[in-house]
Amino acid sequence: MSASAIKRPSPFEVNWWARAGYLLVALYCVYAVNALDISFDRIIIGLDNGAKFLGSMFPPVFKRWALLIDNLIETVQIAIISSAFGVAISLPVGLCAARNLMPDWLTWPSRAFIAVCRSFHPVIFAILFVKAVGFGPLAGILTLIFASIGFVAKLFAEAIEEISLKPVEAMRAAGAPFMSVLVYSVLPQVLNRFIGFATYQTDANLRNSTMIGIVGAGGIGGTLAAAFQRFDYGFVCAILISIIALIMVSELLAQRVKGVFR
Amino acid sequence: MSHASDPKKAGAHGDKSLVVEHLRKEYVRGKAVLKDISFTVSGQSTTAIIGPSGTGKSTLLRCINRLIEPTAGRILVSGEDVCALKGTALREARRRIGMVFQEYNLVERLSVMENVLCGRLGYISPWRAWLRKFPQEDIDRAFDLLDMVGLADFARARADELSGGQRQRVGIARAVMQEPHILLADEPTSSLDPKTSVEIMELLRAVAEKRDIPVLVNIHDVTLGRRFSDRVIGMCKGEVLFDDVPSALQDDHLKQIYGGEEWLQ
Repeated sequence: MSASAIKRPSPFEVNWWARAGYLLVALYCVYAVNALDISFDRIIIGLDNGAKFLGSMFPPVFKRWALLIDNLIETVQIAIISSAFGVAISLPVGLCAARNLMPDWLTWPSRAFIAVCRSFHPVIFAILFVKAVGFGPLAGILTLIFASIGFVAKLFAEAIEEISLKPVEAMRAAGAPFMSVLVYSVLPQVLNRFIGFATYQTDANLRNSTMIGIVGAGGIGGTLAAAFQRFDYGFVCAILISIIALIMVSELLAQRVKGVFR
Repeated sequence: MSHASDPKKAGAHGDKSLVVEHLRKEYVRGKAVLKDISFTVSGQSTTAIIGPSGTGKSTLLRCINRLIEPTAGRILVSGEDVCALKGTALREARRRIGMVFQEYNLVERLSVMENVLCGRLGYISPWRAWLRKFPQEDIDRAFDLLDMVGLADFARARADELSGGQRQRVGIARAVMQEPHILLADEPTSSLDPKTSVEIMELLRAVAEKRDIPVLVNIHDVTLGRRFSDRVIGMCKGEVLFDDVPSALQDDHLKQIYGGEEWLQ
């Protein structure tokens, strides 16, 4: 075959829109770095400050361990209670939002509710609930329940929308009541993913519950913020180390839980 | 099988019969997929429905158990008009209509036994179904049916461990578990190899004989349909062009049903 053979168009189409998009993003990043006056010098100075700060945190001071333990327990309680309620509420909400099984008049309000739960960061919910029910763990629990619904219900709905409808058709053809259709043809297809989402959210709630205390919604975050303000950096370090330990333990537990349901 | 040789007369028995009268289905207004379909099957019989793809064979079967809503006409299952039913009454009518699917429609993550017992879901409450509290006689019957389809050793295996032919056997056991008055099979052999296809057709025929019920089979394979049926309904463009015993089906009919003739050589 010579080069003069039939000239075919390239089989790989060029997506000019995507290319233009990448270029635009790159240009905007350059512009934004300039506009925000971010320079290498400032990062160097910052690193120096950071090193000094880190130095003052060592050695960690575990003198007030009783307070630390109390706070950790409260944090774990907030995380577990809010995850349990959040996931329990997410089940029906997520189901109602699944467009392949439910009629439009039900999916729209459910999706709107999920969107509202998703639209605010937990800290904003926490500020609202502290105003509503006062300082303390109750505000934290309510906060994280809503945060959980926003995340888990949405993923539940998406998981249900991805199932194969063939078994559903078979159950309906056999005259099964709607609840039996759910239990036998929908649940087996999504259970594993539900377990995954629920453990992930519990993990996320544990991390979030260390933070919402900063605005007074209970947990270890309040103590952390107070220690910062009193320049008690040794204690700050002790708190941070215990949070890291807590998250690692929860990671381990999450893996075990997923192993059981595999 | 004797009464099936005179299809027009069937239906007089009353129980375990299917009567379709002037059935019409339009997905889009004015464009009928099924135009005025009428036929009757009853008692122990196997009816093969043949015709080109997209001619409305699947729609026809799904109209019978109302998975698809008919536009007009009457459908009587053992004398009861299923088109008039709603809610619980419709569910109860569906229990009497077994269905076997082209792609088996099993729940992959459930065991073979659980899949077979799905045929009883219409008879027990969701709560009991969830707890797997099926009546003992249902479980005994499920074991008997698994024996019949040759899968007794697989009761606790997960459905996704099975081969295509085995899955279709489970699908048939599930449908029979409903104690249906009629059995609908929508292309039950299309995803299977020729040998397995024959075995599945034999099984469907055995079900018709053992349970004394009419079986309706949508089928692409004309030879297979002819071989295992005692009545053939040939459809084209939503109309019935042929309705008689298999031996009466000539090449001329096939030309009419499928169009063209080169493929007949």
